[in-house]
Amino acid sequence: MDYSPYTFLAVFFVVALVFALVPLAIARIWARKFSPAKPGPQKNAIYECGLEAKGQAPIQFKSEYYLYAIIFLVFDVEILFLLPFAVAFLQLPLGASIAMLVFVLLVVEGLVWAWMKGILDWK
Amino acid sequence: MDEGLRSELSKQGIFTVKMQELLNWGYNSSRKNSIWPLQFGLACCAIEMIATSMARYDLARFGAEVFRPSPRQADLMIVAGTVTKKMAPQVVRLYNQMPEPKYVIAMGACAISGGPFKQGYNVLKGIDRFLPVDVHIPGCPPRPEALLHAFMTLQRKIDGDSLFGPDKPRHADESVPGEYPLPAFGEHDIEPPYNKAVWEPPVMARE
Repeated sequence: MDYSPYTFLAVFFVVALVFALVPLAIARIWARKFSPAKPGPQKNAIYECGLEAKGQAPIQFKSEYYLYAIIFLVFDVEILFLLPFAVAFLQLPLGASIAMLVFVLLVVEGLVWAWMKGILDWK
Repeated sequence: MDEGLRSELSKQGIFTVKMQELLNWGYNSSRKNSIWPLQFGLACCAIEMIATSMARYDLARFGAEVFRPSPRQADLMIVAGTVTKKMAPQVVRLYNQMPEPKYVIAMGACAISGGPFKQGYNVLKGIDRFLPVDVHIPGCPPRPEALLHAFMTLQRKIDGDSLFGPDKPRHADESVPGEYPLPAFGEHDIEPPYNKAVWEPPVMARE
């Protein structure tokens, strides 16, 4: 018999399709026959910790919080490096102290800039 | 098939089974061997429930170790502890949010009757006033062995479910509602004080 070498691919494709679709179809038929859907306002509620959802999800959020959180990073990074610097202060050469001073000034510059832009005024 | 023929065939090594029995067996044994409880504890009974799920008592032997933090994924609600009147609406709401089929185990004296706090003004005198409880466990608190026994009892109950016929389980009946009425805070007590569909106060008979 004359056949194309691609026949096998077609057969495999059909078998794979049936293999995947038959269980899905059985599950669908089973669900229709033996487990009737019983939706309701509580069952379909979005919140699922037992409490009722209050208000709306899309609320207005003051962007100042975000800016404050960003500016807090200045102090966060500063304390991270200042503490080990302070602990090892007596053993450090002059160059290290100057480098630290430059670093602190660089970081504080951001704070000064934000201050001058008026971000720290709570509106 | 006639029973005589069936037993005659089985003597010859040919076992026959009804399609309905096969479906029931597959359905029930797959459900009863992987019950997913809701991760949900109310009081000291929850400690015993946690102990049951840990290595020493090992609830995993019964296929029920997967405690789900969401009611959407749970089959079984273990009411482990005192249900206060403030908590009752939340418990009922969680139950309503669970998918069918669902089961309830009332664990401990408080959950089944109010227990030592029965006289308290704010304690529900048994969660079976609002939910269809399948297994009650007495004890204050019940030991993990008692919870394991309740699990096995529930498994036996699930095994007895039939997909066909008039005594099919509650969830398979389309006319039975999927949600139970939610109690709310009234002026003096929660309203309604109990769900008439699952519980009625006992009638006092005086002679």
